[in-house]
Amino acid sequence: MSESGSGEWVTVAQRSALKPGEVMGVQVKDKEIALYDIDGTVYATENTCTHAYAYLSDGWVDGDVIECPLHGGRFEIKTGKGLGPPIDCDIKTFPVRVEGENIQIKIGG
Amino acid sequence: MSERHIVIAGAGHAGGRAAEALRAAGYKGPITLIGAERHPPYERPPLSKELLAGTGTVEKTYLRPAAWYAEAGIELRLGCAVREIDPRAQRVRLADATELPYDALVLTTGARPRILPIAGGEGPRVHYLRDIEDCLRLRERLVPDARVVLIGAGFIGLEIAATARQRGAAVTVLEIAPQVLSRVAPPPLAAYVADLHKRHGVEIRTSVIVTGIEDTGSGLSILTNAGERIAADIAAVGIGVQPNTELAASAGVTVDDGIKVDEFGRSSDPAIFAAGDVTRHFNPIFGRYIRLEAWQNAQNQAIAVAKVMAGGTQPFAEVPWFWTDQFDMNLQTAGPPGPWDKLVWRGEPAERAFTVFHLFEGKPVAATTVNNTRDMRFARMIVGRGTPVDPALLADKSVKLQDLAR
Repeated sequence: MSESGSGEWVTVAQRSALKPGEVMGVQVKDKEIALYDIDGTVYATENTCTHAYAYLSDGWVDGDVIECPLHGGRFEIKTGKGLGPPIDCDIKTFPVRVEGENIQIKIGG
Repeated sequence: MSERHIVIAGAGHAGGRAAEALRAAGYKGPITLIGAERHPPYERPPLSKELLAGTGTVEKTYLRPAAWYAEAGIELRLGCAVREIDPRAQRVRLADATELPYDALVLTTGARPRILPIAGGEGPRVHYLRDIEDCLRLRERLVPDARVVLIGAGFIGLEIAATARQRGAAVTVLEIAPQVLSRVAPPPLAAYVADLHKRHGVEIRTSVIVTGIEDTGSGLSILTNAGERIAADIAAVGIGVQPNTELAASAGVTVDDGIKVDEFGRSSDPAIFAAGDVTRHFNPIFGRYIRLEAWQNAQNQAIAVAKVMAGGTQPFAEVPWFWTDQFDMNLQTAGPPGPWDKLVWRGEPAERAFTVFHLFEGKPVAATTVNNTRDMRFARMIVGRGTPVDPALLADKSVKLQDLAR
């Protein structure tokens, strides 16, 4: 689920652009990424729902769960775990760090 | 109690979710899931969209890979329908004459397309769409410049029309009512959707009654009440569905345009439950019985009923919700079928994204979002609360729906 080891850190957004309880979508190279702020900590997952073609960043953050707007599929943001039908495949998460004003995620490896 | 044998008749979307949910709820007893189709349980929305368009695959419609069921200890019997229920002996008889005893039976037999009650209403060039085979057969005929006539401008007809158009066919939609989506959309919304289709080159003709279809040997000649003959290569019909209640009715289970069940999925027979398209179920939020033809109901009612069967006490109580994708439009609607007397627009049809609330006697009873999925979550909550809301606030985009939903 979560990548570690090799890979590179890439700046994807400014910290000030994301507020607690929010989700935003960013594009990094060929990847669509969703960034979340849960109580001041930033998390990242793939943005395309594993169920059908929709962006989680268009959906709703409910505590530490993201709900896809298309058919209501839900994932745990911190772990990417799918929380029941229609989701049968967890979503990929990415390591996140904040360097100054930059939100960075680790891709590749 | 936990070793009761549960038989599920109907291995479609609802049947599949019921079986999964029984196991997820910790039910350890034997489960047999029986279906007439040859595919393991699958969801149907892609059949008028991705699978028909050729951008999806058959396997992607499956809820689970076929091998999953045996691994979960669920006996899956495909290609074999349940023909008869003996409710006193608590046995079912299958099409292959085998008999199965049950301790509890779940009927998830779904619905079947209504057939055009006219001469030529069925034939090799007249397509109905319910299962994967229907979809693949229709897909083969959706080629560039094929003359495709849709009969019925409900959601199915319009989705097929959009997919056919995107595959390069020449598409005409014939609708008996004066507008498209006549059962569910207020006239301004119907006009918006019709315009969308027209902009993409679909010909929409309303107030047209098809009186006969002739197969010419190389195509079709479609006769209308105005005396016209419309030439086509194929016709595809979407004029509604009827619930497959015959099995239940002949077993003495109460049927009323759907198998009548309460909010726990219980029928008039204490050992028989039902879920999905086949049911007319009591919805406690709205205080009445409704029959839905929707993905959400197939999934969530089935899951709720399975949990009850596994010993749970929660009723199935959700605001009905539905979506359709046509061209680049995503339209979602929340609320049960029912009347409205006022529309409140949040945004304009001229904008690409907007929301409409349907009010009845001052209360929001339904909401439709067009390309506006963000609004739907709170719109559903507002509809579910059922209390009057000031229309001015609903219409005011500077007022958050989230605050009105509290």
